Amino acid sequence: MNAPLAAKDFATDQEVRWCPGCGDYAILKAVLKALADVGANPDKTAFVSGIGCSSRFPYYVNTYGFHTIHGRAPAVATGLKLAKPDIDVWLVTGDGDGLSIGGNHLMHVLRRNVNMQIMLFNNEVYGLTKGQYSPTSRPGMRSPSSPKGSVDAPLNPCAFALGANAKFIARGVDTDAKNLVEVLKAAHEFKGASFVEIFQNCIVYNPDVYADFTAKKVADDHQLHVEHGKPLVFAGGKKGLKFNPKTFGLEVVNVGEGGVPESELLVHDETNLTLANLLVHMPHPEFPMVMGVIYRQPTPSFDEAFWKAHPTGGKRTGKVADALRRASVWTKK
Amino acid sequence: MTKITPQSQSIVVRFAGDSGDGVQLLGSQFANSTALAGSDFSTFPDFPAEIRAPVGTTFGVSAFQINLGARRIATAGDAPDVLIAFNPAALKVNLPLLPKGALIILNTDEFNERNFAKANIKADPRTTGELKDFTVFEIPIKTQTLEAVKDSGLNRRDAEQCKNFWALGAVLWMFGRDRGFIETWIKNKFAKDAAVQAGNLAALNAGHAYAETVELSAEIPQFEIGAAPMSAGDYRSITGAEALSLGLAAAGELADLPIVFCSYPITPASPILHHLSRMGELGVSTFQAEDEIAAACAAIGASYGGAIGVTSSSGPGIALKTEAIGLAIAAELPLVIVNSQRGGPSTGLPTKTEQSDLYQAVYGRNADAPLPVIAAAGPGDCFDVAIEATRVAIRHMTPVFLLTDGYIANAAGPWSIPNMDDYEPILHNAPPKPVQSDDPTDLKRAIWSRDPQSLGRPWIAPGMEGLAYRVGGIEKDVKTGDISYDAKNHQTMTNMRAEKVASVADFIPPQQVEQGPSKGPLAVVGWGSTHGVIWRAVDQARSQGLDVAQIHLRWLSPLPKNLGELLSGYDAILLPEMNMGQCATLLRDKLGLAVVSMPQVSGQPFKIADIIEAIRANYPGAAQAAE
Repeated sequence: MNAPLAAKDFATDQEVRWCPGCGDYAILKAVLKALADVGANPDKTAFVSGIGCSSRFPYYVNTYGFHTIHGRAPAVATGLKLAKPDIDVWLVTGDGDGLSIGGNHLMHVLRRNVNMQIMLFNNEVYGLTKGQYSPTSRPGMRSPSSPKGSVDAPLNPCAFALGANAKFIARGVDTDAKNLVEVLKAAHEFKGASFVEIFQNCIVYNPDVYADFTAKKVADDHQLHVEHGKPLVFAGGKKGLKFNPKTFGLEVVNVGEGGVPESELLVHDETNLTLANLLVHMPHPEFPMVMGVIYRQPTPSFDEAFWKAHPTGGKRTGKVADALRRASVWTKK
Repeated sequence: MTKITPQSQSIVVRFAGDSGDGVQLLGSQFANSTALAGSDFSTFPDFPAEIRAPVGTTFGVSAFQINLGARRIATAGDAPDVLIAFNPAALKVNLPLLPKGALIILNTDEFNERNFAKANIKADPRTTGELKDFTVFEIPIKTQTLEAVKDSGLNRRDAEQCKNFWALGAVLWMFGRDRGFIETWIKNKFAKDAAVQAGNLAALNAGHAYAETVELSAEIPQFEIGAAPMSAGDYRSITGAEALSLGLAAAGELADLPIVFCSYPITPASPILHHLSRMGELGVSTFQAEDEIAAACAAIGASYGGAIGVTSSSGPGIALKTEAIGLAIAAELPLVIVNSQRGGPSTGLPTKTEQSDLYQAVYGRNADAPLPVIAAAGPGDCFDVAIEATRVAIRHMTPVFLLTDGYIANAAGPWSIPNMDDYEPILHNAPPKPVQSDDPTDLKRAIWSRDPQSLGRPWIAPGMEGLAYRVGGIEKDVKTGDISYDAKNHQTMTNMRAEKVASVADFIPPQQVEQGPSKGPLAVVGWGSTHGVIWRAVDQARSQGLDVAQIHLRWLSPLPKNLGELLSGYDAILLPEMNMGQCATLLRDKLGLAVVSMPQVSGQPFKIADIIEAIRANYPGAAQAAE
């Protein structure tokens, strides 16, 4: 192997064609950095995407790349893993691609636990088709297809992933490069389907939809970055989460003077499914938005189980000439 | 009146009963014993869509038909000479199929008021005169079976289940067959259950003894069907689904690449998934996807990864795969799509056969998206067709449609076991060497340099060093593969895709005439599973002095280069097919020929007699002769 590759070595010669100011630029930058940090081999890495703004991603990463059809990237990526289990697959999808037209495939790639990183860019809107409401859009959203406001109830991507039995669930914000790179690296390290919801700002059709927890001024007070084994605190340690056994739910408490001691706070356990469910369902702004690795439960991946169950591990050990005779054979003289 | 004589050249036997009566097993074991006797045969399992319909009803009737003979057997037979009916519903459903003089064996234990009511029969057919034109043997098969197996230790329900082997024993006696082979089969099959093994053996022997010794109003006849003239060599019985599965495995072996078969269960395609699931040691992996679309996409993902991706379904499932097939065309990836056709539209007739997805295969995609289409002529042919479809997919880097149907999938016949050394290896377009250049365009040009004859591009898969490239469904530049919205380039790419499919004709053999003259008054043209019935019909018409030819198409897209010239040598062209005239339209479209269509969508294969009648009606001069 030559000298380690830098983030810029993973960029292609293609002109990036997202709108100026699109959150995808920041995500691309974070992904290129994560690739460099984990020492990815471009020849053994593939980016697979569906359709939508986010799905242009593979053209901009100097690895193998396959821009497929709407919603079906998880199925294509699963097939690629069946042919080449050692290829490091990154799946790029969005809230429309992954949760609307491709919801079925996303569900199945998660429950099968196929070893790949799944990045779902959630901007709560259809961008490429010019601004219609998506399955994560908030009720009442006015869009070209919902002029009086959408009446659809939205989906919570992380809750969906937990419901589909995903074993790795994390969250990040497009512009928060530092934390996003770390989350992506953790996703990469996990052997199985690692689901990462990335809050992405669509500057044209849904600008600042996340500003109430991503803007610099409010981020500290409105985001809770979880760490396994550490108490669930935010707002610079001044606030935390406590479990209330009476309501069987979480509550925000002040920490320290005039509040509760840190020892009474919940400690993050990334293997606790119940806790993960409580965290991803916390309503904002009453509660902070949870970020980081929310749930991580190492489990044998689909790829591992598939080849273990295969009689020869995929190798050709028999001959068709012999198989043709595995029946009652008679000879005509 | 048909009269079967003990020395008939061929004879058609039909077993019919409830879906739970074990009729399919009975039929397939009788077919195996026929094979060992050296006779030629063809089978036709005809089962209901319901897994276990209410017992005794007409819609729960399952049947298995076999035509066996001392001559070449091309079809499962027009009409049964012998019917074994396990209950009144089976008699009611199958009686209209029987020619006068046929022999009927009835399981009288089931002929009671309760079962007449279930089958909606007003009066006992044995008393109404409906059966007067047939020779009927009334045998209490259930009672006889229970008596025979009483020492086996089986409970009454399981004991009754042995009645199919009792009937098989009786039929084996009628055809003078040795029971040894079936006994061995029973011993192996039920090795783990001594009682079931003992029960079925006892039933088999009791049925045989009964037929030999019983004193009925008339003696049960015995038939002597000799060995058929077949070329020397080793044979086995094979269904279309088995042959197709083995053919895909063989294609993988010939290409020295893994087969990744991705499918979603659907009737009548599922048996292929089942067979391939047991062929792991032949380099086959199977993936049962979450839906039809995922199955197609996973196969495409596998092909992108350098394995041979195959997906399989029936018409409704193929419809769902359509968009993905377009992706494989755009990305220039090999893919074999197997369509086991069934009756439609929509859910249609899942267990009945039809050839009505030809338009779907040839024309059925958005945009100008041609692809090669090949069709299997019968069970054994599925093996070769699977190899050829894969060869073309890999050479031209294109998806290929392989059409088979419910009849071929389930029908069986003797099959001359091929020698694998007779097949050419399947070669793929090798990836280019990594390009040492500062200009990334140089590498892209190498990656997209297509073979001038086949227009197949190099097959490059993730993992190959220094060749990382991006591809997708967006139109790409013909030289660099980069995204291109250029108007001229799109025309160039569209032309290239059409020329690529057309170029397949440079690699396939010219169209041959199956039988009859290479020019003359009438050619009967067929494709797919009508091969056998047309063969027999043309053979008979020729023996009756009509100078008719048979031409059978294997490649439907592109058509063989000489086909137009060959067909224009006939005064008339008759095209029987199990749809409303799709291949006839195709020939008119591609060759501009006048074609007489003979459509049929009854869910059943053609009858030989009907095709002979059509041959007579369309034979030049037929109108004058009739006047």
